[in-house]
Amino acid sequence: MKELTVISGKGGTGKTSLVAAFAGLAENKVMVDGDVDAADLHLILKPEIKTHQEFKGGRKAVINPVLCTACGQCIELCQFKAISRDYVIDEFSCEGCGVCVHFCPVEAIEFPENICGEWFVSETRFGPFVHAKLGIAEENSGKLITMIRRQAEKLAEERNLGLILIDGPPGIGCPVIAATTGASAVLVVTEPTVSGVHDLERVGDLVRHFKIPAMVCINKFDINLDVADRIEKYCVQEGFELVGKIPYDPIFTEAMIAEKTIIEYSPNGLSEMVRGMWGRIINRMKTI
Amino acid sequence: MVITIASGKGGTGKTTVGVNMAVSLDKAVRFLDCDVEEPNAHLFLKAVINEQTVVDTFVPEVDFTKCTYCGKCGEICQFNAIAVLKDYVLTFPELCHSCRGCLQVCPEKAVQESSRELGIIEQGRAGHVEFIHGRLRIGEAMSPPLIRAVKERIDKGQINIIDAPPGTSCPVIAALKGADFALLVTEPTPFGLNDLILAVEAVRALKMPLGVVLNRAGNGDSGVQSYLARENIPLLLEIPMDRKIAEAYSRGQMIVDVMPEWKEKFRGLYQKIEGIVNRQGDT
Repeated sequence: MKELTVISGKGGTGKTSLVAAFAGLAENKVMVDGDVDAADLHLILKPEIKTHQEFKGGRKAVINPVLCTACGQCIELCQFKAISRDYVIDEFSCEGCGVCVHFCPVEAIEFPENICGEWFVSETRFGPFVHAKLGIAEENSGKLITMIRRQAEKLAEERNLGLILIDGPPGIGCPVIAATTGASAVLVVTEPTVSGVHDLERVGDLVRHFKIPAMVCINKFDINLDVADRIEKYCVQEGFELVGKIPYDPIFTEAMIAEKTIIEYSPNGLSEMVRGMWGRIINRMKTI
Repeated sequence: MVITIASGKGGTGKTTVGVNMAVSLDKAVRFLDCDVEEPNAHLFLKAVINEQTVVDTFVPEVDFTKCTYCGKCGEICQFNAIAVLKDYVLTFPELCHSCRGCLQVCPEKAVQESSRELGIIEQGRAGHVEFIHGRLRIGEAMSPPLIRAVKERIDKGQINIIDAPPGTSCPVIAALKGADFALLVTEPTPFGLNDLILAVEAVRALKMPLGVVLNRAGNGDSGVQSYLARENIPLLLEIPMDRKIAEAYSRGQMIVDVMPEWKEKFRGLYQKIEGIVNRQGDT
């Protein structure tokens, strides 16, 4: 079983539109929306939810005001400044470390499990889809991503599907690390802007750090040909295979508004390029 | 005044709005790039950096001459960063949240302070803009502590503009907390609307005033406008879809570099925000 995670360094490069297109092109696969913070793939895949479960991640401390003697111990020990002078815990600052719970001399602090999101297994017109919704302002997006990846792996095994296609989160931190470690390969979607290059270099350092084979697609390459050229040179230098160059085209936005993949919305022209790129990705994946 | 610019989703133009507003103001302004995973504002502001600070965080180190393998440190750790074996203690620094519970709980004082590097903070100047950003170390998973370290450099006496990371989870909350105003940047597409709704929910949970800038206006549908009208959220500025802007951006230029008349509009954006914040203060 192979796992391909599509990442971007920066958001808004067209990652999700491309993943949706690949979803329509790939055979025998499970799709995963790993951008649990701002999941968008469902807007195009229109999943029919089959199972739905709560995601519990960590705990949050709560002070019982009846038992609290206002001794000040917890305020002093909390490293996250989460406890106010009137002994109320700010849930947005509490990291769930439990230090206040452990050291409270009168056991006035409760430590219930925190439900921080939900996850779903769905069916779509392109096959099974595992996705999630992190609760607003919740932590643990990395854990939630790891969880849905495991579910997708289970599903792929049960149904004998050879590929897991993951729409990854932006950035280089916890969620991206969770979405890429152990993946067979990543596809980095970038755009030819100075910030695009900067983000590509950061994410390039990351995949090298974790030794994950990387491919690159330059989206909107004709916005700035000089910078696109710089990206190509960077790929050669780093040994990242450049699998596609897609021109800027408002048709991506039109397809999104029509809630269709680009292949469904407009099968010719641009879609041919995306199809060609997918062929190159699959060939590369076979060698990994 | 502290304004945090957030967006739910990436690539909507948060940094564009932030840097253009910063350079358009005719008062002292601090720009703090808290998108520490992928900081980009420096590419546009081109600040001259004159100070660099490494930011560390606590991680435990076990003194085996004192350790009795009682297991208390492993029990208190909620993040699986310490595992106590029969005659060894394993620590996983990258999982540690620096709560210092292990240090506090150890009866033998065998747990000692060590540190891991989170990243660096750089500070400099671009014209009248005091510039600060954090850069997360490659391989470091936790960005909120570095974001909090950047925010320690807020100067309440000035206008502070904070560029937040994308999303709606802990890094964004870390960037939003304590701000006077949340400015959300979105684009007129179903993806933009979906993520805007999540960002609005996050800001409302933090109980702070908010407003929206619509970027790439005209290049989509009207879903965002109807949502804003329905939710009574002020639309403070529209930036049209314009290839000239996209190309300037690709070269690392700001809108006001290629269209100086936009300075006035970004100044107007700030005045609207100031108006809303002052009205909030009165009530």
